[in-house]
Amino acid sequence: MLKVLRTRLQQRHRTLAYPAQKPTLPDRLRGRPIVDQQKCPPDCRLCANACPTDAITRDQTGVKLDLGRCLFCTECEQACPQGAIRYTQEYQLGTRTRDDLVMKGNTLRLAQALDDKARRLFGRSLKLRQVSAGGCNACEADVNVLNTVVFDLGRFGIQFVASPRHADGLLITGPVTKNMRLALTKTYDAVPAPKIVIAVGACAISGGPFIDHPEVYNGADSTVPVDLYVPGCPPHPLTILDALLRLLGRREEQCR
Amino acid sequence: MKQIPTPTGLSIHHGETALLQAVPHLSMAEFREAVITSVEQGGRLAALFGRPCETGAVQLIAVVASGETGMLSLVSTAVTDAYPALTPECPQAHWFEREIAEQWSVRPEGHPWLKPVRFHAAYRHGQHVWSPAQDGELLPSVTNFFRVAGEEVHEVAVGPVHAGIIEPGHFRFQCHGEQVLHLEISLGYQHRGVERALVGGPTKRTVHYMETLAGDTSVGHATAYCQALEALAEYGVPARAQTLRGITLELERLANHTGDLGALAGDVGYLPTAAYCGRIRGDFLNLTALICGSRFGRGLVRPGGVGFDVDRSRISQLVERLERALSDVASAVSLLWDTPSVLARFEETGTVSRETCETLGLVGPAARACGVERDVRHEFPSGIFRFAHIPVSTWHTGDVFARAYVRWLEIQRSAAFVREQLAVLSDGPSRGELGALSPDRVAVSLVEGWRGEICHVAVTDTQGQLSAYKVIDPSFHNWMGLALAQRNQQISDFPLCNKSFNLSYCGHDL
Repeated sequence: MLKVLRTRLQQRHRTLAYPAQKPTLPDRLRGRPIVDQQKCPPDCRLCANACPTDAITRDQTGVKLDLGRCLFCTECEQACPQGAIRYTQEYQLGTRTRDDLVMKGNTLRLAQALDDKARRLFGRSLKLRQVSAGGCNACEADVNVLNTVVFDLGRFGIQFVASPRHADGLLITGPVTKNMRLALTKTYDAVPAPKIVIAVGACAISGGPFIDHPEVYNGADSTVPVDLYVPGCPPHPLTILDALLRLLGRREEQCR
Repeated sequence: MKQIPTPTGLSIHHGETALLQAVPHLSMAEFREAVITSVEQGGRLAALFGRPCETGAVQLIAVVASGETGMLSLVSTAVTDAYPALTPECPQAHWFEREIAEQWSVRPEGHPWLKPVRFHAAYRHGQHVWSPAQDGELLPSVTNFFRVAGEEVHEVAVGPVHAGIIEPGHFRFQCHGEQVLHLEISLGYQHRGVERALVGGPTKRTVHYMETLAGDTSVGHATAYCQALEALAEYGVPARAQTLRGITLELERLANHTGDLGALAGDVGYLPTAAYCGRIRGDFLNLTALICGSRFGRGLVRPGGVGFDVDRSRISQLVERLERALSDVASAVSLLWDTPSVLARFEETGTVSRETCETLGLVGPAARACGVERDVRHEFPSGIFRFAHIPVSTWHTGDVFARAYVRWLEIQRSAAFVREQLAVLSDGPSRGELGALSPDRVAVSLVEGWRGEICHVAVTDTQGQLSAYKVIDPSFHNWMGLALAQRNQQISDFPLCNKSFNLSYCGHDL
């Protein structure tokens, strides 16, 4: 018993003071990418050609980045001899629509809160059922980590529950494989209305590395309507937490 | 009677390449004899897979690993529509042969339990080999399950969607009261068609497939892939890159083992260790993020070396944070061994005998917990592990306790390795340029991932592109181990047994 107490003291209090305080992130974290279009030579498509998921396109209006497809890998940065594209440490990335993830210029329209009625229902208590539909266990792991003492998701009234019938919505990871589509549909149907759906990770948004494989459906919105998109491969836990809090109207500060 | 000599295979080291033509092409009888005999003599079936031939037939290639000699033996044969199954004489082949039947529409005659492993259409013929009952559209887990008859026997079906935040799979228990007489595990829900997509590569997506084969093993699978490619390109990785790969592989092990010990504590309701280890797991993941920005090591291991390097100040940060995490994990985990109510649940639960382990060819901590000294880092070392040895951690009881305790031993030894390597990290480049892959070659690459042996087999065509790429995640060997561990256990102990293996669904389903 004494040892249990001694250990408790040694392990200390570890819950982040988030969102009250700015979090410390790894200095090499690959957050929201930005493009300095001034540096792009005409007709250069090196970054677009290097991108494994074709997240980068270029037309007359300039270079467009689709964060829904982006794996936040380093290929574009490395391919660009001008240094025109680089990752920032900006971790806030969640949006309400799929279109908002396609960045024109360097602005990203972050997720707006649910409407008043939905906020009255879910704002202080949101129960979610998680469904992995082809996820590689990285998104799942970094969703799960929100339950640890570091993030302590429960203090925001958000909780993962064991049954869809006890849930207000689904948090989906993975590209939605052929073999999981029926189970996903059934789980969605089992959630009582009104309900919300959150797609976490490049796979659940666009298919990720598996885009256009005949074995997958290119993301959650192929099968169910999605209310919140959280990009990343996988998204940092704080990216997921920030998006959830924005959806519930509990965080409105815009990033630069 | 004249004794027929056992046909011998092509003997290579892993990480070495050979001409595809040099792999002995045997008759089916010789092939069976070669595989069955070498496994009987202590070899282990590391890979058995098919690849299509130009003639329309399927070439079967077997890789038998000998831990004693550190060598791999390769043999091959050709089949058209059916062949006598190896499984009755070589149980290690059972899952491989089901996979071959599913992918290539080849029937292993006499296989005791022939059914799909991933529930997808065959890659050849456009038709599958399953019984007429499974004609039409294949649906996951819509198949015959092994059933125990009896008035008091009941069946419990769980999944694919589980209660926690975990991947999908279906479990079918045959129970008598609380006691589980048999468990059958049916997977394939996560099938994303990765192996099929790898053919014709490498492409700009290939390394990303590797990092997401099993996302919690990004470093392990990416390293296995890079080793295979580097063998095919006959490229020597810079020493500094080898060390950084080794360090991050061990960080991956530290994070996952710590998380598993916390989850095991949670499954027996011992919350202190569950809470601490859940957090400390993140501390280890953040060490990987300190190196490359990604908690899972994405972008870190790249053909030719590593994508990120570390300077002195980063190394000293790593060391400092490693020591803190280690001191935390030591006190959190030691609570487990001092708590009788935890030990009472861990001990003699989910026991796998050494004999079962050997018969099935289990790998990783699950095998070492049966007292088997099986560890790629020791038996088939590559990269930094040729120079810096990590002692093999074993325990002899084969139960949940053993699988937990082996993880704890490995945490200590991996940490010592990381500490040591950070101190002696050599100067020099961390990445070089890989040339073209040699044509018509085969290479086998092994890595001891945190779950056990990761085996990749790469075959190139006349143009030096991948004509076949086989991935064997440790889970592929071990799911059957979990099914057997659960026999005659209470069904309420399933979460505990399951967590003590903590196998990958997507790594199996690919």
